[in-house]
Amino acid sequence: MNHWVSISGTDWGMNGRWPICSVWVILFAPLVATALIALFTQKWKGASAALSIGAIVLSFGLSLRMFLLFVMKGIQHQAHPVQWLIIGKTVNIEFGMTTDSLALLMLLVVSGVGAAIHIYSLGYMKGDPGFSRFFACLSLFTFSMLGIVISSNFIQMFIFWELVGLSSYLLIGFWFEKPSAAEAGKKAFLVNRIGDFGMMLGILLLWSYARTFSFAELQQKMPTLGLSSGTLALIGGLIFCGAVGKSAQFPLHVWLPDAMEGPTPVSALIHAATMVAAGVYMLCRVSWLILPSVTASALIAWIGGITALMAATIAIAQNDIKRILAYSTLSQLGYMVMAVGLGGPTPAMFHLTTHAFFKALLFLGAGSVILALHHEQDIWKMGGLWKKTPITFWTFLIGTLALAGVPPLSGFYSKDEILLLAFERNHVLFVMAVATAFLTAYYMGREVFVVFLGKPRDHHAYDHAHESPVVMTLPLIFLALLSIVGGWYSKVPDFLQPPHHAEHHSLLLTAGLIAVPLFGFLVAAKIYCKAEPSDAPVKAALGKLWTLVENKYYFDELYHWIVKYVQGTIANVCDVFDRWILQRLGIGGLSVGTGLLGKTTRLLQTGSISGYAFLIGLGVTVIIYYVVVR
Amino acid sequence: MTSALTINHYLFVSGLLFALGIAGVIIRRNALVIYMALEMNLNAANLALVAFSKFNKIVDGQILVFFIIAIAAAEVAVGLAIIVALYRRKRTVSVDELTTMRL
Repeated sequence: MNHWVSISGTDWGMNGRWPICSVWVILFAPLVATALIALFTQKWKGASAALSIGAIVLSFGLSLRMFLLFVMKGIQHQAHPVQWLIIGKTVNIEFGMTTDSLALLMLLVVSGVGAAIHIYSLGYMKGDPGFSRFFACLSLFTFSMLGIVISSNFIQMFIFWELVGLSSYLLIGFWFEKPSAAEAGKKAFLVNRIGDFGMMLGILLLWSYARTFSFAELQQKMPTLGLSSGTLALIGGLIFCGAVGKSAQFPLHVWLPDAMEGPTPVSALIHAATMVAAGVYMLCRVSWLILPSVTASALIAWIGGITALMAATIAIAQNDIKRILAYSTLSQLGYMVMAVGLGGPTPAMFHLTTHAFFKALLFLGAGSVILALHHEQDIWKMGGLWKKTPITFWTFLIGTLALAGVPPLSGFYSKDEILLLAFERNHVLFVMAVATAFLTAYYMGREVFVVFLGKPRDHHAYDHAHESPVVMTLPLIFLALLSIVGGWYSKVPDFLQPPHHAEHHSLLLTAGLIAVPLFGFLVAAKIYCKAEPSDAPVKAALGKLWTLVENKYYFDELYHWIVKYVQGTIANVCDVFDRWILQRLGIGGLSVGTGLLGKTTRLLQTGSISGYAFLIGLGVTVIIYYVVVR
Repeated sequence: MTSALTINHYLFVSGLLFALGIAGVIIRRNALVIYMALEMNLNAANLALVAFSKFNKIVDGQILVFFIIAIAAAEVAVGLAIIVALYRRKRTVSVDELTTMRL
């Protein structure tokens, strides 16, 4: 069972030197920025950017202050929950606030990485006609994401969960004039809705037993409810559905690669560092609910493991610089989900944190390359860029090494913990995870070698390539530093759950785990580290398998088929029912019937007064006959 | 002699008058005549009321009759005015020709 650190001696934000509850400020500053931009500063691009960046920097500063107070002085900021919704006597929903170690860490990650990416966007989105709209959406997203983090009950979390989905939709489809971007936004939204529907069912099912939505109350009540293992598994599985959608796990992973249609800072912030991590965060937040059920946790672990391996295999055959990273994100999210399922929310959160650093870094690096080449994303048209964009190259390399898990970079420590956990609990998953680690190093090696080394393949683009401006390189350097030190001395897991005992395993295992990514890089170097790299040798070696992974296991085609034939058939049946039964028979029948009745009774209207008088007389006579005689 | 007259005689005459009135309304085509026939109906009712009043020794019926006569007078004024207006406009008072409300 997991207990995130919570300190009982709390500062309610009233008696401190800061009279306002800083937690509320952290949450609402980005929303205020959104509102101001949307209402007033649409035309003043500078003001919009300043508002948005100011808001997130304020959030970051206050989060940092809360974090430091928590660590140094053991003061936990809290805010009084606001009575929000009371329905009858049973439903009482508060708008509350969680500020335990888990939430604090996540606040820091979201606002910190978010701040870096906001600043980076200043350079990346320069000159875009939708500049103000972009920052408004970005701030809206930040608000929603922070909302998920501090939520104290399921309903509150679900609302912010949906808000995050909405802002993700807005940002993926930011260049909506491009049909592919608009489609990708729709796809992301719809696929997420499928998962969210399951999550909502899970929340309601849980409520029907526990009669409360509050995390704290639920955690207390769970052991006393005496739920059967089947019910528990069902609730856990349904709530996991939400994470499957948002964290893009198999089989709902299809939206994330398409989401790369959005601007690159969005890919970095939402589809790599924070939003997709929301699913993992949610699982960690409710780990007390999921872990007691053996079935649910096994399901979660397996889904995570399958996603990790599947996405890694797809990544080796992609040609778009961002799509490779997207599949890599899927794969790493799979790791985190697997860790939660194996009973280790702390390693999962650890990996989430380090992953946020280096994956944001990689995406921003990719964005810098894309901008340098004037929106070219095909890796086969790049090459030799390391001379032209040195800062991007070196930071990208750091990100790559961290992602692959090369010591002493952050990724090594977090991935190591997950792999060791898998080694302890489930050997099949361990093998899958190690295979994933190998593939990770391999495809990242491929990307680095093809993009930055070798000879330039598109000379026109190469000649015009240039290093990005300082507002873009500074966040790269900041995130690169975090990617290096993020894992040192297991500070993060220590903070989450002291006393944290780093488990000591045989040196052989650790050495093996270090060797795996190195081996992956070696293989990649052998194939791709030359002047004219190409996929041909791998293609020849893998044969049909290559076609399979190149086409992403035909998931999109399969879903397309399902939508076309299964959903299409249902839609046709509904259409026929609606058109013929409801419209023609129901509504149409009623109207035609009324019309006919009117036409018939109109015949009585003869216009002859004597006729009317006769009928009146007859009627009166009949009435009198019935009243008097009968 | 008068004692031989029972209420039934009065009511019979009243009913006859009423039936004549109805028949007049139904059969005649001239709006003015229909109007007169309607007055006959009212008076049939008056007759019945007076008869009841007399035989039951209660004056309520006779008071009611006064009201009816008064209202009938007012009604005649209005009704005749309408008929005159109608005639001026349509140059006819035959109800068979006044069928603009008909489809």
